[in-house]
Amino acid sequence: MAPAQAHGVPVVPDSSIVPEAVRNGIDVEINGEHFVHTGDPQMPLLWYLRDLLQLTGTKYGGARGENGADLVLVDGKPVPAITLPMAKLDGKTVTTVEGLAAHDGTLHPLQQAFIDEDAIGCGYCTPGWLIAGVDLLKRKPQPSDADIDQLPNTCRCGCQTRVRAAIKRAAAGKAGQA
Amino acid sequence: MSANTPNGIRLSRRRFLQILAGTAGALVVGVRVAEAGEPPLPPEWLGNHFQQLGAYVRIDAEGNVLIGARDPDTGTGVATALPMIIADELDADWNRVSVVQLGLGVDAGNNGQPQWSYGRQRGGTGDSIPAAWADLRQAGALARWLLTQAAARRLGIAADRLRCEASTVIAPDGRRVTYGSLVDDASKLDLPRQAPAPKPPERYTLIGKPVGDVDAHAIVTGQAKYAIDHHEAEALVAVLLHCPWPDGSLARIDTAPALAVKGVVKVMHLKPEPGQPPGHTVIAPAVAVLAENTWAALQGRDQLKLEWKPGAATSSGALEQQASALLDGDAAPTTRVRDDGDVDKAGKHAARRLEASYYQPWLAHACAEPMNCLARIDKDSARLVVPSQAPQQAWAVVQRLTGLAPERIEIRVPRVGGGYGRRLDHDYVAEAVMLAKAVQKPVRLLWTREQDFANDFYRSASVHKISAIIDGKRNLLAWNQRLASASALSGRGAPANRLWSSEVLPDQLPAGLVPNYRSDWYALESALPRGPHRATPHLSNAFAVESFVDEIAHLMREDPLKTRLRLLGEPRAIALKNGGVLDTGRLRNVLQLVADRIEWKNWLRSVNGLGLACWYMDGAYVAHAIETSLQGDKLGIERVVCAVDVGRVINPLGLEGQVAGATLDALSTALNLAITYKDGQVQQRDWKDYPLASMAALPNSVEVIVVPDDAHPPTGASFLAMPTAAPALANAVFRVSAVRVRRLPLMKEFQRLS
Repeated sequence: MAPAQAHGVPVVPDSSIVPEAVRNGIDVEINGEHFVHTGDPQMPLLWYLRDLLQLTGTKYGGARGENGADLVLVDGKPVPAITLPMAKLDGKTVTTVEGLAAHDGTLHPLQQAFIDEDAIGCGYCTPGWLIAGVDLLKRKPQPSDADIDQLPNTCRCGCQTRVRAAIKRAAAGKAGQA
Repeated sequence: MSANTPNGIRLSRRRFLQILAGTAGALVVGVRVAEAGEPPLPPEWLGNHFQQLGAYVRIDAEGNVLIGARDPDTGTGVATALPMIIADELDADWNRVSVVQLGLGVDAGNNGQPQWSYGRQRGGTGDSIPAAWADLRQAGALARWLLTQAAARRLGIAADRLRCEASTVIAPDGRRVTYGSLVDDASKLDLPRQAPAPKPPERYTLIGKPVGDVDAHAIVTGQAKYAIDHHEAEALVAVLLHCPWPDGSLARIDTAPALAVKGVVKVMHLKPEPGQPPGHTVIAPAVAVLAENTWAALQGRDQLKLEWKPGAATSSGALEQQASALLDGDAAPTTRVRDDGDVDKAGKHAARRLEASYYQPWLAHACAEPMNCLARIDKDSARLVVPSQAPQQAWAVVQRLTGLAPERIEIRVPRVGGGYGRRLDHDYVAEAVMLAKAVQKPVRLLWTREQDFANDFYRSASVHKISAIIDGKRNLLAWNQRLASASALSGRGAPANRLWSSEVLPDQLPAGLVPNYRSDWYALESALPRGPHRATPHLSNAFAVESFVDEIAHLMREDPLKTRLRLLGEPRAIALKNGGVLDTGRLRNVLQLVADRIEWKNWLRSVNGLGLACWYMDGAYVAHAIETSLQGDKLGIERVVCAVDVGRVINPLGLEGQVAGATLDALSTALNLAITYKDGQVQQRDWKDYPLASMAALPNSVEVIVVPDDAHPPTGASFLAMPTAAPALANAVFRVSAVRVRRLPLMKEFQRLS
């Protein structure tokens, strides 16, 4: 339809069934679903998730995502969503906190371990810790304390000791156990 | 409780709650109050299949119990602990309890005044648990009474022969009636003349048991909705640029470049309203960019071409010099807070004298969830979602700005991403209401992190100068404490002779333990807004006092544990000025517990440094013991032990989390955090400027010891463990390095001195 509009001549369809035009946009997979972003390619992923998709588990932390509240996995690697313009996401796969559990609702072992250890303060930054922790466990299934020390997240509630315990619990395969 | 209920029914339900609440506020629960002369309400007004047993409890026919949490949960665990109190009293099966965070309960009272249908609603102020203990048990007890009465009639057995367990009434002959099957009958009963007595403590089944956070599943799956996560159709996003000088103003603005950004709808100038106290109106002159989405609003903000007229070119450094000059001079204090015995006379017999000054910086609140508000203001109603610690205060701001009748203002308070006192103020609510009124559309207000750091109600810096006089037998004869700070109460309606009360406590240690004790407060003036902050004024005073006690021990060449125990003296109750009691036995106990756990007997021999501190607040007692290491010039926190005595414990799992969490927050704050200002502007803009401690900088665990104490009623504990962590750390650092840190943040000062 775009060329017709360019000539200023409305096209009268000869059928009442009009196939939807192929939309040019940024093709991104988020939590297993395909999305095509046709808006401003410079829009950071964070606002795309929160404003457009209303996937609000990924939180705003600050202009550079330094506290880790907006971490998401892009092709499996943790990145602050506010630092990623949509333009860089064409063909990429994004996992947010909403995508960590299985489709049947079975929690990721680290999610379960967070519940087991009650590793939650106010809970606002928890999704970011989970993303960072899931990435760590994938890279190092048996992380040392020094490995856990490398997590970029911060938390004013002071949930760090329980997050550490939750990561160790998940690593030990004891999520969901007493 | 459903926000989606059609308006008419919602109002009817409110009317229903008002009848319920009667004149006794939150204490009254029940389905029908005969005295009110109102007929019972049609069940459909209560929701299709719910029977409501008071403002806090609903039970459906299947026996599912819905319990309302009235106080906002800012991460303190009250959304779990408060419903636990009700559920235990109700003998509800916790596995079938769902908790719903109650919005503000407000109804039309007399003369257009609001009537608070859920009673108090305030969180993060350390008093949710004690207040709930006083009244929520009765809410549960009354619901249980109604169900038991209904069962008695059905079974033909006297109510006092029935017992309740796991949402079931059980008869002596073994017959069982579930709550779900009784709610219909129970809802038709008249209320008792007297409030039913709460359970005897030995019958608690839930209170005192570890219970996980009720929101945990929603949080770990990203489904928990904070205020910042709420949307409303047609809402515009508002992003603000506040004047970097709290006392500055907008000199010039060109809005055209901002308005040219695609999606930007409007640019507005907001100003603090004259005569309104801080926290009730806009915090500083601001320009708001309203747009169709956050990204457009942020881009619009970046395109603003404006100039601010600067405020006074003050600095935090100059304020500190002013404070030191005041304390070093002989000017009379603004207020003599306490004066026991005769400090001047005691000085004449001095065997030994010690004096030291402690400096503590300005602090920000640094809430994880920045200030935000969703406001929809219609002609005859308002609906807001607010991250508030005090929704009744938020209501007052909305009511003043809209003029709406009390019950036409709906305020929802989802779980809050940190409070620490910041959300007792509602300047951001005023901003959202002003904007929503102006654009006649719902507004989603978002403060960026930069705004959050640059325009806060900060905790004032303070300088403590303490001197002590010790006799030949190591007894502390006199304690003279002089404190200079900018009161958090300035401009907030407190009389001049009460401005000290946000800065120092007349009963704080070692008052009452030293025969000659004086506490003077000197007022500082600062243009920086101040407000309530976590554990103030305990935090700053405990650092000065508990560091100084260690310095006294060092002067006397004594084990600081011994010095502290001698100062506390024999276990006894000392009456406090505020009507409470200091139980020195309970304080000694927590101190001894942490000392034993960290193997204090090694304090002199240990390669690492051990440090202690103890404190008390509002009937609760806390002590920390910390072990630090020094390798080269690198300080490490090796071990942290904290003991608390909070009286009866509601949720030990929650309590342990609060104690460990506050310990880590206090360490993080003491290590590296400070707000500074220069030329009148706050210099911190992002996390890199205000670096909360990384995982690596914090201890791997906090060993929490909870004193079993069912003899005393429960106290609040969300910030109990804040005050003693920093002085215990500084005392441990001194042991390991011989460097006495009297200035926070600690790391910077340690590096300067070593």
